[in-house]
Amino acid sequence: MTGATLQPQVRTTLLLRIVPLHLYAGRTHVILERSLLAYQRSWLVVLTGFFEPVFYLLAMGQGLGSLIGQVSTVAGPVAYAAYIAPGLLATSAMNGAIFDSTINVFFKLKYAKLYDGMLAASLGPVDVALGEIVWSLIRGGLYSVAFVLVMLVMGLLASWWALLAVPVALIVAFGFAAVGMAITTFMKTFQQMDWITTALLPMFLFSTTFYPLGVYPRAVQILVECLPLYHGIELIRGLCLGLVSPGLFLHLLYFAGMIGVGVTVASRRLERLLLR
Amino acid sequence: MAPTLRPLVTEASPSRTSGTVLVWQYLMLVWRRSALSTVIAGIVTPLLYLLALGFGLGTLVNSGPGAASLGGVSYVKYLAPALVTAAALQAGVGEAAYPVYSRFKWSRVFWGISSTPVSTAQITNGQLLFLATRLAIGSALYYVVVLVFGAAGGWAGLLVIPIAVLTGASCAVWVMALAGRMRREGTAFNVVFRFVVVPMTLFSGSFFPIERMPGAIRWLAYISPLWHGNELARAAMLGTGSGLAVLGHLVFLVVLGGAGLVTARHAFSTRLIV
Repeated sequence: MTGATLQPQVRTTLLLRIVPLHLYAGRTHVILERSLLAYQRSWLVVLTGFFEPVFYLLAMGQGLGSLIGQVSTVAGPVAYAAYIAPGLLATSAMNGAIFDSTINVFFKLKYAKLYDGMLAASLGPVDVALGEIVWSLIRGGLYSVAFVLVMLVMGLLASWWALLAVPVALIVAFGFAAVGMAITTFMKTFQQMDWITTALLPMFLFSTTFYPLGVYPRAVQILVECLPLYHGIELIRGLCLGLVSPGLFLHLLYFAGMIGVGVTVASRRLERLLLR
Repeated sequence: MAPTLRPLVTEASPSRTSGTVLVWQYLMLVWRRSALSTVIAGIVTPLLYLLALGFGLGTLVNSGPGAASLGGVSYVKYLAPALVTAAALQAGVGEAAYPVYSRFKWSRVFWGISSTPVSTAQITNGQLLFLATRLAIGSALYYVVVLVFGAAGGWAGLLVIPIAVLTGASCAVWVMALAGRMRREGTAFNVVFRFVVVPMTLFSGSFFPIERMPGAIRWLAYISPLWHGNELARAAMLGTGSGLAVLGHLVFLVVLGGAGLVTARHAFSTRLIV
């Protein structure tokens, strides 16, 4: 892992400049291969992850939407289904990323002792962290593509900018995965892990997924504006409804921060937990 | 509670307490350790749902074009009864999945109990009784939060607690049967959650009247136990529905739960009697 042979490829990206270099062996793809093999048995679970947001879209968007009619936005009134669909996309990106990077990692770290085996081979903690995150992003990316297609078929996309919703959903997922994994490395029991799931519920309910920010008093609005899911939804909703403004970069910046802090903390903690 | 467990192991003096109660006592004893966090979550979760969906989303629904189809009540009052039953469904299925499976596979306590004079039918009953107790506690907490928000209706609204327990338990007992039958953890529970529980929650008239669904898929609601539970809960809290309809919903849930209990007992006995 200290090898001079690794230096050339390590210099290649900005991301690798912010993460601790000596913990990286440039073999992330091996983790991906392992995940792919391990998931061959549970493809049905992978499939169910696609249906959940679609069920929500049908029930809330169409069923509940028929009660609500239209929601007024900056771009004028939009159908309720078109309003919540981007919120559901961002939420499913968050849920998938958090599940993969918390409970899944926690189990492998504490019970399956999977990473001990990996680190005894020629892999560093950064390979492990990146490998797990990239794997979860591949899954999340497939879900996002499928969901955007469903939106397209249902006529819920208002703009070509919606094409960018998929990569942006990946950035959102990356942010949640990085922070989720960093938090997981501090957890000691499954009961503590439950608190992560508990924290997601208010985020899902209050981050303007189902109704606009305007229904809150100003003090609550400020609180909601601090939540990461709010920024994810704003980004994706902006793209899907064609409300593109430079302000979207601020939301992106929020996620860049989450990714930077999350990856750095997670790798350093994994080093501590596994290599000392 | 602890001393009553003693007769289980003293062969010489057979317990006068029924095996069902002993199993229930044991499970309650184990649950006590995590009871506080369950109770806290049991208050916070309803609070969040009522605030976000009842009031936040409610502002959209109440001023929307379809508000009249809620039967002349505000959205939070329409939603509250269904939230109690839906929570009981999810808690019940959750409690019947991995926790029950674990008692066969990982902690293996059911095997231990089955080597005592307690019968497998009593183990099944005790497990179900424990599950129903948990649902009753959860539903009572939910009711209190709904009451605080002024959406609980009159005294008849209290009936939502047994209704929610019946709804949750009549579904959960089938998951208990599944847990008893499963040999490897695999993906079955995930599939049940995402293909049965989630659609059931969404398409059972919890969030919007089922008349808003296309006629072609409305039968999904009619076969959904949660829809029957929701109708009963609304009858209790809002005073809707005729006596005959209420009876029909009750019969549906009781028959479903009864058939599930028979199935679960069979699954437990084939698993535990080698």
